Amino acid sequence: MFPLDLAHIWAGLIAFAVLAYVVFDGFDLGIGILFPWLRDRRERHLAMNTIAPVWDGNETWLVLGGGGLLAVFPLAYAVVMPAVYPLIIIMLLGLIFRGVAFEFTFRTKRAQAFWEWGFAIGSLAAAIAQGLILGALVQGITVQDRAFAGGTWDWATPFSALCAVAVLIGYATLGAAWLRMKTDGATRVHATRILRLGLPALIAVIGAVSLATVWVRPEYMQRWFSGAGLVWSVIVPVLVVLAGGIAWTATRDNDRRVMWPFLGVLALFVLTFTGLGISFYPNIVPPGLTIVEAAAPDTSLRFLLVGAAVLIPTILAYTAYSYWVFRGVVDPDQGYH
Amino acid sequence: MDFGLTALTLARMQFAFTVSAHIIFPAFTIGLASWLALLNFRWLQTRDRAYLDLFEQWRTIFAVVFGMGVVSGIVMAYQFGTNWSVFSDRAGPVIGPPMGYEVLSAFFLEAGFLGIMLFGREKVGDKLHFAATCIVALGTLFSAFWILSVNSWMQTPAGFEIAPNGQFVPTDWWAVIFNPSFPYRLAHMVLAAYLTTAFVVGSAGAWHLLRRGEDPGSRRMFSHAMWMAVLVTPLQILAGDMHGVNTLEHQPAKIAAIEGHYESYPQGRVPLILFGIPDDEAGVTRRKIEVPLVGSLILTHSLDKPVLGLDAFPKEDRPPARIIFWTFRVMVAVGVAMLGVGLWALLARWRGQLYTDRWLHRAALLMGPSGFLAVLCGWVTTEVGRQPWTIYNHLRTAESHAPLSAEMVGTSLVAFVIVYFLVFGSGTFYILRLIARLPSQRVDVEGLGTTRAAGVTPIAETHQHRT
Repeated sequence: MFPLDLAHIWAGLIAFAVLAYVVFDGFDLGIGILFPWLRDRRERHLAMNTIAPVWDGNETWLVLGGGGLLAVFPLAYAVVMPAVYPLIIIMLLGLIFRGVAFEFTFRTKRAQAFWEWGFAIGSLAAAIAQGLILGALVQGITVQDRAFAGGTWDWATPFSALCAVAVLIGYATLGAAWLRMKTDGATRVHATRILRLGLPALIAVIGAVSLATVWVRPEYMQRWFSGAGLVWSVIVPVLVVLAGGIAWTATRDNDRRVMWPFLGVLALFVLTFTGLGISFYPNIVPPGLTIVEAAAPDTSLRFLLVGAAVLIPTILAYTAYSYWVFRGVVDPDQGYH
Repeated sequence: MDFGLTALTLARMQFAFTVSAHIIFPAFTIGLASWLALLNFRWLQTRDRAYLDLFEQWRTIFAVVFGMGVVSGIVMAYQFGTNWSVFSDRAGPVIGPPMGYEVLSAFFLEAGFLGIMLFGREKVGDKLHFAATCIVALGTLFSAFWILSVNSWMQTPAGFEIAPNGQFVPTDWWAVIFNPSFPYRLAHMVLAAYLTTAFVVGSAGAWHLLRRGEDPGSRRMFSHAMWMAVLVTPLQILAGDMHGVNTLEHQPAKIAAIEGHYESYPQGRVPLILFGIPDDEAGVTRRKIEVPLVGSLILTHSLDKPVLGLDAFPKEDRPPARIIFWTFRVMVAVGVAMLGVGLWALLARWRGQLYTDRWLHRAALLMGPSGFLAVLCGWVTTEVGRQPWTIYNHLRTAESHAPLSAEMVGTSLVAFVIVYFLVFGSGTFYILRLIARLPSQRVDVEGLGTTRAAGVTPIAETHQHRT
């Protein structure tokens, strides 16, 4: 079972931060990815306004993921970043365009279309880069003498391309589910249509990535198909189909369970993330860097844990409060700008 | 794209460029958040519409600046790993946790309440909205606390030991966080941020006063800013002096380079080199204009205490004097100009001419970007002055960077430069346009036409006469 030392507690917390980022910013980025498919400028601005009050907090989880990794697993941070260097740069540049678009789009008429495209392409680029980074991590990173020792283009494989497609579909589906929850009328119908395309595609691509993963490295095959792993191999796919099914049944036009499709897609994200955890453990960076090896000294882990134990629940509480303040359907006539 | 430079040089250029671009935004938002909290408070207290108008105008500006600060800040959070992975691996156990605290105690706080501050007044009511504004302001100060602690630790490291695997391991967190230069650097930077905001706001007020005469919003902008100038600039000069004395104690080579002293003064009686051209190769400052004894008074607050010159340090341990000699002088000159404008405004206020002295308004208009100039020059002085070390006396810059090719770092540098100029250049333009509108004019997106200058729409004109 999972040993409960400081390094493993932190591995759990970092995993939580990354999952929180993927879920929170996932629907933000999803809105951006869906941007070209939204009907007109009014609908696009409405979609943007559903996330305007919360995107900044959502992105902070990415800073916690990166900054937290530096604090508690500095070695993992130091080998992963150079290994996926171009992808990180593309992600950052994409997030710059995406982030400023929230304000800039409403500050100009002449360049409005430019920032709208910046929002869409920035979101797309960030999502693709994140998918490729995921693929690169699953394949494993070459480490020698506490440093990245692989090639510049190690990450560029068909498997990471498949992961990028999966992340794109996942974010877009989550974004559609969010939009369905936060809007009314024609936009809601439109979002539902996209959602009903996205859900089956997402289930299919989750299956494809899962199958490809166990072929990428022999130890993944072993972890999933021997001993206790075999139990997971049965449970996780069943739960995936179950969550997908629940989300699907709640997407009918007159269904009043507004949050269910969103929660269903959310559950799919949690499940696939858990699956990744099962594949990775006990490594933090496959194939050979373990959680314990990469951890900072106990004094560092303990010092930050004291704060995290108090502050993370506080953050979750006021984040929930902020979502509650901006709860419900967004009124198209009362934008946030 | 390596431009014939090494990966190390390109990584340093990239860090200098991205961090310089980034610091502009927090330098502005730290002060602006506090001022917005004050405006919000005054509005609730007096119910004077002019305060609300000012709040709404500068809140929108805050949102634009803050957004740019967030996206340029995420770049910094990842650049430690991409370009400086050896530094990250070795120093991570010490600098990582305080940066983690910055995220947990400051970034989330700002982000969590920013939405309410910007869009939530109708939803949560006046009091909670005011609380949210104060929380955002507090968040910006927490952020300054932690990041300056980390920066100061790199300048004056304390409370650690070096493990067999090369990692810096904390032994005393109190000593790490409250390292010797931290209190001075924190005070100096927070005051700098307040002054930066004050001069931007003062410049905006002066511009409106010059252009359209008196208006309650413009008067308040100008008055608030000039109070800040005259009250905070003397404090800043005091803080800067204490910071300098502290630096002389812990980083004497930096002070020697700033002062352009290549030779030591064992008997004290150090002259102040006002101007000159430091030559690092030859080890002399050419064409210098000196004032006798004043150097000693400033540095040691005495006449005869010894002061080290760069000759006391091996050549490979010296910071490049030719850069920081000048950046330091520009910073000081800006500070003196700030004090001058502050005193001038105080005099004008006493004579009842604060809102009518057009030369004062012109001077204040010109001083609008002065805070940014001083902040950038100050940071270049302290960071270049730390060279050739990333962690002073313990880890060299040349041993800190990632195993990357020059092409890779050079290409990403070019990408950053293009994107930053495009995005942040546009942002600056939008901010100037928001400032150009009188505070009493409502935000009017439709009025932001393609050829029309903002703020001259007929609707805006009628609003102008309303107050």
